[in-house]
Amino acid sequence: MSTLILILVTGVGLGALYFLVASGLSLIYGLMHVLNFAHGAFLTAGAYAAWVAMGYLSGLGGWAFPLAIVIGMVVGAIIGAAVEFCLIRPLYQRHIEQVLVTVGLGLMAVALFTGIWGADPQPFPRPEWTRQTTDIGGAAIPNDRFLLILAAGLLLAGLIALLKYTRIGLVIRAGVENRTMVQALGIDVRRTFTLVFALGGAAAALGGVLGSVYLGSVSPGQGTALLIFAFIVVVIGGFGSIGGTAIAALLVGLVQQMANYYVGSGIGDVSVVLLLAAVLLVRPAGLTGRTA
Amino acid sequence: MTDLAQKLTDRAAKATGSAASGRSGWRRWLPVAIPLAVLALLIFLPWMRFPVPGVLPGVVNSPGSMQLLALCLVTAGIALSYDVLFGRTGLLSFGHALFVGAGAYAAAIALGKWGASLGLAVLVVLACAIVLPLVVGAIALRVKGIAFAMVTLAFAQAVAITAARNPGGLTGGEEGLSLNRSALPSFLSGVVNAPYRYWLALGFLVVCVLVVLWLTTARTGHAWAAVRENEDRVEVLGMSAYRTKLTAVVVAGFLGTLGGFIQLIIIGGANPHLLSTELTLSLLIMVVLGGAGSRWGAVIGGVVYVLLDNRLQELSTSSTIAELPSFLRIPLSQPVFVLGLLFVLVVYFAPGGLTAVGGRVKRWVAGRRS
Repeated sequence: MSTLILILVTGVGLGALYFLVASGLSLIYGLMHVLNFAHGAFLTAGAYAAWVAMGYLSGLGGWAFPLAIVIGMVVGAIIGAAVEFCLIRPLYQRHIEQVLVTVGLGLMAVALFTGIWGADPQPFPRPEWTRQTTDIGGAAIPNDRFLLILAAGLLLAGLIALLKYTRIGLVIRAGVENRTMVQALGIDVRRTFTLVFALGGAAAALGGVLGSVYLGSVSPGQGTALLIFAFIVVVIGGFGSIGGTAIAALLVGLVQQMANYYVGSGIGDVSVVLLLAAVLLVRPAGLTGRTA
Repeated sequence: MTDLAQKLTDRAAKATGSAASGRSGWRRWLPVAIPLAVLALLIFLPWMRFPVPGVLPGVVNSPGSMQLLALCLVTAGIALSYDVLFGRTGLLSFGHALFVGAGAYAAAIALGKWGASLGLAVLVVLACAIVLPLVVGAIALRVKGIAFAMVTLAFAQAVAITAARNPGGLTGGEEGLSLNRSALPSFLSGVVNAPYRYWLALGFLVVCVLVVLWLTTARTGHAWAAVRENEDRVEVLGMSAYRTKLTAVVVAGFLGTLGGFIQLIIIGGANPHLLSTELTLSLLIMVVLGGAGSRWGAVIGGVVYVLLDNRLQELSTSSTIAELPSFLRIPLSQPVFVLGLLFVLVVYFAPGGLTAVGGRVKRWVAGRRS
């Protein structure tokens, strides 16, 4: 029983990590029809920024870690906004070229991180309390799982509040539904693009920092490795739907953990891709039924 | 249905015909003569003894140069097979490495683990080359656009992960499998026999070019182009877009699988990189770099990519780089960074790729004159 609880919580934690990365991807695709291959780079940049910040802030004791998270998120948001403004915007409405540019950026970023910090994973100085465990129903669960779940919960609540109760959220929702119509009504949708990229970048960077805490290290390829699963989550959840993405992230995280434990290590990854193929073939538009 | 399709192809033929007849006299033969001359030059390269500084590691017929050129040619062929999907049919696939890797692994397993003869291994590769694209294509093509890209990515990823897990000791895990050279004819193994492997790669590239050229000028190719331009219209004309796209996947997968087999013979082993998404992305870069959908774009892109990658690797360890200040040294010591940058620049400033640059310059000069 305690093993099951540990696996379930870890699965939900993994799903939370996927949600942090996938929520931005999903909004970007829903609004702009850009499959953002540079999203992994935002994540890794945030993780390295927090890692570097931790080095400088070590004198602050307990405050160093939260501050490093904020710095990582700010770096992620700035990079996301800059990529949209400088690189994606000039290729307005040329979706394939936009995707190609993000592919190039993603490759360049990984190479650059490798050049600066080396290909080997660097140990992340995680705070002591994330390494301790909490006892739930007889299972000793590492605290970093709860950190991930808390962050994803806050992000989900924040995004839903933004989309539901603010004017800009209304424009984003309408833009996902039908961009041409929103523009015909005299609203400049493009202004929301930079915002969505900045939000996505910050969320991915948060995922990067917390992912590094979870893994215990930072490495150049960490974003790319997560990105593929984030894509799978986005497609399963249906593009542009935050609720669908959250459900899909949970599903993917749980399936992966369960299969890894009960069937054999490594099977989890394969079963997730098979899940994707199965979902797409039964419901080509994803769980929430939006058209891709 | 056939009437309309016939009219379509007639019109397409007329369009290409009129373009060709627009050239006067001897110029009409250039599109045939230049490739034949280049082919003749390539065939005789193993007898040439002069160095090409900055491009090849030694004199042209040194084993190192021959190996590099062989790699260029086989990669060009594989890039051309990817262009059948991306450039000619408009299908964005992230799973082409699945076919390349399958070709390499199938032959390596047949030769190394089962002790099969070369002929039997070739049969296994051919079977893979037909069955695998048929199955993957038939399933993945049930969805369109980005979803298609994701399903192909999922298939390739599933196989890549499985190969890296080394099920039953069959695939050799992260290390991969080395090629059992004793099953090959003696002229295909050994360092001094690099020219034979070079000719093998050249033969593969010629086959790829001929097949793609033949299909794109035939009805199949016109149907591919029609699907690329407007899939709904193809359906309205009564043709099956699904079947057209499946043909493209099978042709591309067939050539890609063969390419993986040739690659195995040249590099002497199959490793998980051949199945990886990075390989597919590098194919995408090659095709866009050279010019997607153009006659020679993918081939030129593939050759340029491999040469650049190799030269940049060399450069990254050289002393000239080590002396540069760090803001220049770090990016320049990463070949992928430079290639990625070049790729982004091409997307921005040279849409249509390297092969379209000549035409753009010509038009620009003509515009200045008038």
